[in-house]
Amino acid sequence: MEVSSHWRVRQQRYALVGEVCPSCEVKIFPPRDVCPECGDEAKTHFQFSGRGEVYSYTTLFDAPQGHEAQLPYTLALVKLEEGPLVTAQLTDVNGTKLEVGMPVEMVTRKLRSDGDRGMLVYGYKFRPRLQAA
Amino acid sequence: MTNSNFPPSDIYIIGVGMTPAGEHWEKSLRELALEAIIQARQEAGEITPGALYVANMLAPVLSRQSHLGALLADFAGMRGIEAVTLEAAGASGGMALRHAVMAIASGLVQSVLVVGVEKFSERVSAEIEAALSTSGDADFEAIHGVTQTALAAMLMRRYQFEYAVPEGAFAGFSVNAHANGAGNPRAMFQRPIKPETYQRAAMLSEPLNMFDAAPLADGAAALMLASGDAIPADSSYPKIRIAGSSAAVDAVALHDRRDPLYFSAVQDSTAEALSQAGLNRDQISLFELHDRYTIYSALALEAAGFAERGQGWKLGQDGNITRKGSLPITTFGGSKARGDTGGANGVYQAAEAVLQLQGRAGEAQVENARFAMIQALGGTGATAVTHILSGSETP
Ligand SMILES: [Zn+2]
Repeated sequence: MEVSSHWRVRQQRYALVGEVCPSCEVKIFPPRDVCPECGDEAKTHFQFSGRGEVYSYTTLFDAPQGHEAQLPYTLALVKLEEGPLVTAQLTDVNGTKLEVGMPVEMVTRKLRSDGDRGMLVYGYKFRPRLQAA
Repeated sequence: MTNSNFPPSDIYIIGVGMTPAGEHWEKSLRELALEAIIQARQEAGEITPGALYVANMLAPVLSRQSHLGALLADFAGMRGIEAVTLEAAGASGGMALRHAVMAIASGLVQSVLVVGVEKFSERVSAEIEAALSTSGDADFEAIHGVTQTALAAMLMRRYQFEYAVPEGAFAGFSVNAHANGAGNPRAMFQRPIKPETYQRAAMLSEPLNMFDAAPLADGAAALMLASGDAIPADSSYPKIRIAGSSAAVDAVALHDRRDPLYFSAVQDSTAEALSQAGLNRDQISLFELHDRYTIYSALALEAAGFAERGQGWKLGQDGNITRKGSLPITTFGGSKARGDTGGANGVYQAAEAVLQLQGRAGEAQVENARFAMIQALGGTGATAVTHILSGSETP
């Protein structure tokens, strides 16, 4: 069960592939097949750039089962430049002063080791991006 | 506009029961539920409910026990009636009450017993965090190690950013809850705290500190509801009428919301409940809102229309929300001081509001309480269930 549930969303998690609505052109992530704005069917794949900025963030010192080894870790809501918000961890932030609005970019990392068999789950995280001059 | 429902008519709460909230190591889930059920049935008088609705959030995960309807109906000596569990995360209690109202309004049953029960103390913290995170989006939130506390912390930070609120802006909610918990013999914390205690509190997940978050508690609460013609002659206390009842949902994941800082399900269900009751906001005597985190109190007050956006925190600062203020909230301590009983919260809120409207609230009593609004939220406000209860209508 666990293995197949991760397999189903592997492309979305590895490469930040979402959807674009053919009717109103809104970009959708995570994919949901029905446009949240106009209600039309929206199954056309869309590759997000992976660039965005921090909408909000926090650091955790208590983790749910399966994430304890990563503590402490920082989570963020990232506003993608194409519009959607995504929830993800921030990585490579040691010594970086975090703030709302900070530019970030997507990288693929290990999210957690899952279940009794210790299957590794990979997916997107975000790291600070050098600001264009 | 969202749900044009009929207002409930001739439906009453005729008995309530509550266990103390806290760590009940010595009692099982079913024993807690039974304690609340017995109290509510005693108050209600001689009546066998047509149905039992159980509100629970995590028993299948934390206690390895599902099928609570049959389990608790049998344990409470009601074999033969119909029984089922209603689950809507932290809003389960409100949702069970909502379904009891709908069942009685349908005419198919004349009375329903609602029991909310939650038992957290079976498990260690990492297991509880993982269980609680199932109320969010498993594929796109929980997989990243998200906790409910982290989501609340991110909402608080964004709120601080957008509205440039001062340090300690949310302290008033915590101080008020603890002051009110001091008047509640069933509260987990019965001592007031000073604003300095809040300011010195350790961070849980910045900017959210220990006093911004409600402690998890075991507990059970129960309500007996009946239609007007089914109320037994030996019912102990004045009947309390359901004047408004409405539930609404928003996206489960915060990142899927149009505006994460606006609880639209709260707006929808509040407006509908008020309209059913034919009341304005200034006629509400007290508001039992969902205060799992202080930021939620501010956001609920704003979306419910009691404060402008970005201004909800101010209601906590100037005494308005105290028991003597213009809009008393969490009058028995709320989740913050009474204890957060998960799926049972909405049932506690209803039972506490009933005590207020019957003048039986003791030290917690709000003077001249006539209409009480209660509101249960699930997850980060994805489900909102709002009820308005009305006390005696004789002038
Ligand atoms: Zn569209």
